[in-house]
Amino acid sequence: MKTVKRTIGTMALAAIMVLTVSCKDGNKNEPAAPMSNEMHQESMDDKDNMAMNDNQDAKAVLQDYFKLKDALVETNNDKAKQLGATLASTLGSFDASSYSDNEQQELKDILEDAIEHAEHISESDMAHQREHFKILSKDVTDMVAITGTEMKIYEQFCPMYKNNEGGAWLSMNEEIRNPYFGDKMLKCGKVQREIN
Amino acid sequence: MALIVIQFFPITLNESDTVPQSDFMVENQVPATIKNRLQVSCYDCHSNNTDYPWYSKIQPAAWYLEDHIQEGKDELNFNEWAEYSDRRKNSKLRSIISQIEEDKMPLDSYTLIHKDAILSDEDKRVIIDYMTALKDSLE
Repeated sequence: MKTVKRTIGTMALAAIMVLTVSCKDGNKNEPAAPMSNEMHQESMDDKDNMAMNDNQDAKAVLQDYFKLKDALVETNNDKAKQLGATLASTLGSFDASSYSDNEQQELKDILEDAIEHAEHISESDMAHQREHFKILSKDVTDMVAITGTEMKIYEQFCPMYKNNEGGAWLSMNEEIRNPYFGDKMLKCGKVQREIN
Repeated sequence: MALIVIQFFPITLNESDTVPQSDFMVENQVPATIKNRLQVSCYDCHSNNTDYPWYSKIQPAAWYLEDHIQEGKDELNFNEWAEYSDRRKNSKLRSIISQIEEDKMPLDSYTLIHKDAILSDEDKRVIIDYMTALKDSLE
């Protein structure tokens, strides 16, 4: 959507497209984002390697989430885009099959939502990346509530984000490094909860 | 020559006669004025039924529209509202609010031709208030 030059008239843009793409599929060369539904179907069917797998999946999600968070702390738009795409694919390969039916349903909701936010982060400007990160953080926090975590995680909160609406995030370090403001207000926030 | 040839390429029209039970307007009590605004300004690309303009008959505009509508529906399909989990409804409502607040939606390329889809400041305020209340009721 963002790549389309909105200001150009529909017809003019369409005319350009004819000259540049000879067939309809020609302009579909974006990297294939993981389709949440398909991925889920596959992973649900695959009951072979359950056991310890899921904690590993949750751990992989957390690791990619933390990398993304660090890119936002650095106010690095391009890096956050890449890491958003990485996180979307990690979320897509989460195997929830060893959880109870209720948990699976909830994880499915969480993952679907989280994937969408991660995908948006992979194609947005800084301000939008941070908006999506806020909801993504809630998704990941809710995921951890189900999966648990081996590593100790800090839930941190900055009351000033979005005109004092506030925003929470997760971190492996107790020290505050604010992903919503970056170096504009690097240390704004406090630990509001320790998980595990 | 190419322009003539492509007129014969088929496209899939985004049209539907019925409004499904899962529609946003069915699940929620939407005031008539807002209902109408959403229908005119949003539903062409964010539902399974597009009120096609004249130029949609002509290639390559038809392809351009087809892609656009597909993209719009992937992002948000009002017809499938009831099928979204509460979590996703929440996310969708958040995005609806911020897209309208920031004048990102409806797209300029759309309102260029559909003047009636332009949201006035009053329209925006009313829709944002409604969506915010709906979002709060989900939390």
